[in-house]
Amino acid sequence: MSTSQKTDQMNIVIVGHVDHGKSTLIGRLLADTGSLPEGKLEQIKAMCEINSKPFEYAFLLDALKDERSQGITIDTARSFFKTQKRHYIIIDAPGHIEFLKNMITGAARAEAALLLIDANEGVKENSRRHGYMLSMLGIKQVIVLVNKMDLVYYDQGVYEKIVAEYTEFLTQINVTPKTFIPIAAREGDNIALKSTKMPWYTGGTVLTLIDEFEKEKEKDNQAFRMPVQDIYKFTEENDDRRIVAGTIETGSITVGTPVIFQPSGKKSAIKTIESFNTPIKSKATIGEAIGFTLTEELYIKPGELMCAQSELQPQVGTKFKANLFWLGKSPMIKDKKYKIKLGAARGNAYLADIVSVLDASSLESDAQKSKIDRHDVAECIIETIRPIAFDLNRDIESLGRFVIIDDYEIAGGGIITEKIGDESSIEKGVQRRNFTWTKSKISPEKRARNMGQRPCLLLIIGNQETEKYTLGVSLEEALFNQGKTVYFLGVSNMLLSLNRDARRRSTEDRDEHIRQIGEIAHIMADAGSIMISAISEIDDTEAQMIKSLVTPFDVKIIANGPTQLDTQKADLTIDPNTTVEDRVKTIIDYLNRLETFHPKEL
Amino acid sequence: MNQLDKLEAQSVYLLREAYREFKNLCMLWSVGKDSTVLLWLARKAFFGHVPIPLVHIDTHYKIPEMIRYRDAIALEWKLTMIYGENRAALDAKQTFPDGAIDRIACCKNLKTDALKNTLSGAWPRYRLNHTTRKYEVDKNTDPFTGVIVGARADEEGSRSKERYFSPRDKRSDWDVGDQPPEFWNQYKTDFPPGTHIRIHPLLDWTELNIWEYIQRENIPITDLYFDQGQGTRYRSLGCYPCTTAVESTAKNVDDVVSELRVGKFANIAERSGRAQDKEDGGGLETLRREGYM
Repeated sequence: MSTSQKTDQMNIVIVGHVDHGKSTLIGRLLADTGSLPEGKLEQIKAMCEINSKPFEYAFLLDALKDERSQGITIDTARSFFKTQKRHYIIIDAPGHIEFLKNMITGAARAEAALLLIDANEGVKENSRRHGYMLSMLGIKQVIVLVNKMDLVYYDQGVYEKIVAEYTEFLTQINVTPKTFIPIAAREGDNIALKSTKMPWYTGGTVLTLIDEFEKEKEKDNQAFRMPVQDIYKFTEENDDRRIVAGTIETGSITVGTPVIFQPSGKKSAIKTIESFNTPIKSKATIGEAIGFTLTEELYIKPGELMCAQSELQPQVGTKFKANLFWLGKSPMIKDKKYKIKLGAARGNAYLADIVSVLDASSLESDAQKSKIDRHDVAECIIETIRPIAFDLNRDIESLGRFVIIDDYEIAGGGIITEKIGDESSIEKGVQRRNFTWTKSKISPEKRARNMGQRPCLLLIIGNQETEKYTLGVSLEEALFNQGKTVYFLGVSNMLLSLNRDARRRSTEDRDEHIRQIGEIAHIMADAGSIMISAISEIDDTEAQMIKSLVTPFDVKIIANGPTQLDTQKADLTIDPNTTVEDRVKTIIDYLNRLETFHPKEL
Repeated sequence: MNQLDKLEAQSVYLLREAYREFKNLCMLWSVGKDSTVLLWLARKAFFGHVPIPLVHIDTHYKIPEMIRYRDAIALEWKLTMIYGENRAALDAKQTFPDGAIDRIACCKNLKTDALKNTLSGAWPRYRLNHTTRKYEVDKNTDPFTGVIVGARADEEGSRSKERYFSPRDKRSDWDVGDQPPEFWNQYKTDFPPGTHIRIHPLLDWTELNIWEYIQRENIPITDLYFDQGQGTRYRSLGCYPCTTAVESTAKNVDDVVSELRVGKFANIAERSGRAQDKEDGGGLETLRREGYM
């Protein structure tokens, strides 16, 4: 391995209230570590003298910015310096509240943070807000720098007061800073050299103490988790591998290990570990962007979470409690449909309830608030339409957090603190619907007797496209000719037909179509009709969703050949290789056996 | 995992994310070292395959060696290879070498405008036919909505402000001040019709990382980067009227790596041989706002 690869590299972010000295600190760090272009410092100092302006290290950054076009690789967004121990990339995070999303973007790339507080101004709004955001983002290594000590005459009392006040704040949000350091960035006190002005401070300098930040330990002792990013089957050059691809978030796995995919619960085992231009692998571990083939080929979709069967299992559910920060221009409100992204999973989610809204700069909470405004932090309940696999943030950090998309933008981020209940939003919605449904004077039984048929949804499914729709309309016609009240819902053909580009079909849209079919079937059945519909590639969750939506009426699933159903079973399986007439007859015979027509007992 | 392993894994993740989310996706390939590493990373991400069309903007002032290298690799790796150009500007001699306009305006004509109109499908695209080994007009004129680009943050100031997934509006404009947040490996993958996204899987790589990776993976790279005995080589490849070779005796990848690590280029910026960067104060940022890569 080359020397440069051995050299440690660390990203650190500098945060704090606006004007608390971030640019000055960066300028000073660059100057004191000899990371500036030759002669630059002298040049700026000379210019200040000519213009009789006091020299500021912040000017240095501005000057470097102006020289960007000349190709100097230093700029305001990222700066580079090195100590004896390693290379650092400084990410400068804006201190102004308007740029909170930039602060978050910058901080999220960092492994450790320096938080600046102006000794003269004391703890300000964004000193607290940034502290809070660091903890939410999962940045645990923080050094607090009490800057501009020169302005308070290097007074120990002022320093101790800020340390006490800010420590109290951090304690409330469960953050333990690595240390506090009194500094004067402009004067260079305790940056590279120990200050002679503050003999009462016995700790290290900024440069010695950042070298004590630890590289995050790679947590390969945790349970194996790999969000399935995609499933590839590239057939060129007779490649017949079906590869489950993703990046391993935690743990490791070896060839032969039995695995389970969540939320579907489907099981298989690792057959091979796939990679390009590497020796053959028998083990894959945390951080690797890798692929697997399975001993038993499963039908699974991108977004599933791959786990080892013998290890700690993730939570699977539709409801959880979370701490969430909101960046969106419009507030987060109840009953609005949002998109959620968690690991590789995407789906629809609602804000089910707000426990309390917190002002991150004061920690004052408001339990009455009915929406989450921009820059608020809230404890809230999130509900997804489909079951989703996740971990609690304290168990496995990276699978215990999610983002919310509103109007095409990442508008919020949350960490999951607790799983709640099992009742899905669909089931609850159906209960509410059936409860509030205005009852007709005609009872369902009376209607069924009168119409000579039990209403239901006949759902024709199957992986093969083979004349599923022809079968649907032929069945409709046959029943119609027998005098039944029957309707084939053709709209589903278009909405759900097997897309040539199925890989990219969005789960969110499909959920919406499934919901629509379920709701329509419910209305049709309530009106006494038999509805027929055909859907390709239906899975267990979708079958369950439709059954829930059509309640209290029946759904009969007719499998036209093989399906992907696993836990849900088809009510009738027919052979797609027989003629349409034969299949229609088989279905009608089945309906007769069920006494769908001329029901006696009603 | 070492630094290169981490960079590789991150880039592969970004490429797979782009492939999952964008239907009309393409990857820009200048045939320089960065976008060739990007192409290699696509083979990593997709297990030897490259299921994404590669788009090359031919200014017709590229060093001829570059075009030969492009087509050789495209045929060998079975790439869906497409090129585009600004035929009107070339025919009207609206180029810097012809003397009609300055360097920045030439870049705008031959690169920015050619790129915009090739991506949108407004101007003809030429696709490599692997049977005849010739380019022919591509019948597909659908606009590309996701464009993968090999920009690195350390190249120059304006690129260091980029996001991994960076939206561009209908006019390809880039709003530097209002960019989407990115955290926890989640990126902006939802976008309104009419906009497109640029994806930057190499944002965190440095020039040295690129060469170390070429060395480790043994990636075929055009010889122009190496001294052929004249004591000069190209450090950065562009059009020949605006790209000068640097004095160097680095004859192979190993030489280049050690030259960058401890040698004469350790503290000199890579694009110092690119003249258009110097023409006005913020040349490249101006170009990039308008859609330059």
